[in-house]
Amino acid sequence: MAALQLEKQRGRYAALAIAAVVIVVGIPLWWKTTETYRAWLPFSEISELDSLQVHALRPSSRQNHVCDSIGSAMIYNRVFDKADLSLHMLSESSCGSVVVYVIPESSTLLPEDVKVYVGQRRTALLRSPPFKTSWNLKEVLSNLDVEVEQVVSTMSFGHQDIVAALSNRVRMTKVTKESMADSMRAIKSSPGYEITFSLLNPDPKSHSLHWDIEGAVQSYIQPLLNKLAPIANFSVDSQILYYAVLGVNPRFDNSVSAYTLSADSLSHVINPVEARLGSNAASSNPVLNFLLYVPDAHHSPLFIRDHSKRKVPSNAFHSPRWGGIMVYNVNEMYGPEAERPVDININMAKVMGVFLAQLRLMLGVQHTHPPTGFVLQSPGSAGLADWELDRLLWSRSVENIATASTTITSLAQLLDQIGNIVINDNIAQQVSSAVTSLQSAVAELEAGNLAFALQYSREAILASERAFFDPSLLHLLYFPDDQKFAIYIPLFLPMCVPIVLSLLKIVSEAKKRRADKQAKSD
Amino acid sequence: MNYCNLITIFAFINLLVSIPHGYSNYVETKAGQFFSSGHTNNWAVLVCTSRFWFNYRHVANTLSVYRSVKRLGIPDSHIVLMLADDMACNYRNPKPATVFSHKNMELNVYGDDVEVDYRGYEVTVENFLRVLTGRLPPSTPRSKRLLSDDRSNILIYLTGHGGNGFLKFQDSEEISNMELADAFEQMWQKRRYNELLFIIDTCQGASMYERFYSPNLMALASSQVGEDSLSHQPDLGIGVHLMDKYTFYLLEFLEEVHPASQANMNDLFKVCPQSQCVSTPGHRTDLFQRDPGSVLITDFFGSVRKVEITKDTINLTSPVEPPIKRSGSSDIQIESLTYVDQLPVAEIIHQQDCLEANVTRCRRKQQRTRKLNCQVVEKQTA
Repeated sequence: MAALQLEKQRGRYAALAIAAVVIVVGIPLWWKTTETYRAWLPFSEISELDSLQVHALRPSSRQNHVCDSIGSAMIYNRVFDKADLSLHMLSESSCGSVVVYVIPESSTLLPEDVKVYVGQRRTALLRSPPFKTSWNLKEVLSNLDVEVEQVVSTMSFGHQDIVAALSNRVRMTKVTKESMADSMRAIKSSPGYEITFSLLNPDPKSHSLHWDIEGAVQSYIQPLLNKLAPIANFSVDSQILYYAVLGVNPRFDNSVSAYTLSADSLSHVINPVEARLGSNAASSNPVLNFLLYVPDAHHSPLFIRDHSKRKVPSNAFHSPRWGGIMVYNVNEMYGPEAERPVDININMAKVMGVFLAQLRLMLGVQHTHPPTGFVLQSPGSAGLADWELDRLLWSRSVENIATASTTITSLAQLLDQIGNIVINDNIAQQVSSAVTSLQSAVAELEAGNLAFALQYSREAILASERAFFDPSLLHLLYFPDDQKFAIYIPLFLPMCVPIVLSLLKIVSEAKKRRADKQAKSD
Repeated sequence: MNYCNLITIFAFINLLVSIPHGYSNYVETKAGQFFSSGHTNNWAVLVCTSRFWFNYRHVANTLSVYRSVKRLGIPDSHIVLMLADDMACNYRNPKPATVFSHKNMELNVYGDDVEVDYRGYEVTVENFLRVLTGRLPPSTPRSKRLLSDDRSNILIYLTGHGGNGFLKFQDSEEISNMELADAFEQMWQKRRYNELLFIIDTCQGASMYERFYSPNLMALASSQVGEDSLSHQPDLGIGVHLMDKYTFYLLEFLEEVHPASQANMNDLFKVCPQSQCVSTPGHRTDLFQRDPGSVLITDFFGSVRKVEITKDTINLTSPVEPPIKRSGSSDIQIESLTYVDQLPVAEIIHQQDCLEANVTRCRRKQQRTRKLNCQVVEKQTA
């Protein structure tokens, strides 16, 4: 009897010990070995990014000693663009700033009807409005404020530009058609772009075309791309496609005895050609295509008509975020008796003038609609005026910051929601560096240092994209709950049932004994 | 005296996951109008998830949608086509290099220039989700990526065997409707689409779009929960069913559409009513911002580009500089290359015409030819 009791006692201790081992050692071990590795992420800082406020500082200075001291020869010759150049040399203005020179009302530097001359660099010449001689300096300056404000808002960014830059993050209910078109046309911010120039020759039997694309790119496109180097990397290539036809048949118009393409049919031109345009398989950068189409001898000359049936002087059209097409007529370069194929040299200056204008639009250099009395100097072969570049840098910085913060916050939310995704160390590092770059970019933007702000915003966007699109973040560990049960029950149930039953038996025996003792003592 | 103008602009950037407050209402105009849909490019992801010869119809389904989408203008570079098995070159195909969609072999949807991006065993749930979310390894070529941006309209077409809440891939794994909804939400977070049209042709297809919660999604399915999608007609020459009913009538509908057509989504919802399809097709438009009656078919199936006339040009006056000569390029010797002499195929073929009696003669000829080939090869390598 005593031996039986001893055995039972040992049995009880054994069951309790096993249960203890299972609970104290087994469960934590199982938990630890089945949890996914998640590196630490700065969630608190990321949630701060959620409601980010950016104060953008736009520094500008105004020279208010009226400039009589410019070289008198220039004044009298009315050569105001040279005056602008010399003024620019006077004060080297920093990136993002606007310098306005006020000249007296009676000055002959600007022609009669021109109130403001906006130069290629960051300076503007403003003819002061008439003022009474009795006013002191303060009153004169305050009178000029309105005019200066107008100049600065033309040359630098305004509320509309910021809204356009943020248009895919913040949906505004009231967007003007202009800004909507601008936001749809400009290609999204990306670390690199590919620009492809293609010459389409549908009729090599009649025309043997020569185009000096290397020289033209070097002279006309490369200066613009060099200026835009802080924004993105550009790679340029070119190709010639033979027997490539447009998708639509042009109609012969008797009134001008030429073939015409109406504006409505232009939408269908691009698709058949696009199938034949290649692209660099190695990079995933967006591609901007610029096509030069020389019509075949039977369909020459070919003109494009706009919606009001008027001839388009540039004979070119573009598609937002894709590129542009220009039609180049060569029928006037040779007579009917010329020996086929005719050697034709394409005038690259004219062609690149059109492509450069289209490229500017594609890259987001927005149209300025200056108020009356303003004259804007044409950027010429530099491609881009400095103040236009500044505007582009502003909107790019803001867009980059917005994109990067959205990416980071949505990544953090995603990782929070799905507990099963493994977060590797490199992802955590990318996220941290993105957060710090974002904070620096915002700080630089508040201080007004445009170049640094852009650089930081670029780093932020690169890091955030790399973190978000890391291939290891694919959440394939989605198990619905019933599947989890189905996996664990066959493993744990056979093990747990004896333990639980023996524990229950121990408890019930203990209760019975206590009841017996109670009864005995009573 | 210098005067500093401080102009401070507050830009509040709300970066929470916020469903947009609603677009402004644009007047509906013809297709040429710039703003009606807000997209600038089109993409298509077409997936066939079943393998084996008896699932011929699923490959034919996908290829017929591929064909329509290409015909209406979307180029191959913007289509990600995933076929889980190769029916055209299957050993059991009595007409190799063809996939027919109609009995009596009326329409070959395989065509001459089909470009399959993911084929055979590459069609997995993982690859499909990677394509959608963009989380591909850096070595993936451009043709296998979905490089859409925030102004892309994407068409996603799935077909295969499915059930209540899942779609079977390759007979070994499945994708659940929750995973699909999460993938679309991740696409929305990263603004990888402007609007998305999701079409699924499987049994109980409507269960796959039940769980969507991201904005700008429109979904169509060939059957409701609890119903089976049926196949259309078998071809006795090929020996299998050629198409599913829903996609067959969808293809018929799309053949009538041309790039300038004004047919809208309400017409698409009417495709294949229960009298023809036996199952009840369903659709879901509550997440879509625009009214389906104003959405053109070509907004998703075609690629009608927005164009603008270029009004300004830049006057370039400086002459073209000659390109920079690369130094040292003249030092590289370029060997002139010639083609290798062709194999004397005619002589090799002649051997097979030799009769038994002439076997030795053939063998001797063979030896001579072999020696000749060896000589040719030696000459080249020397």
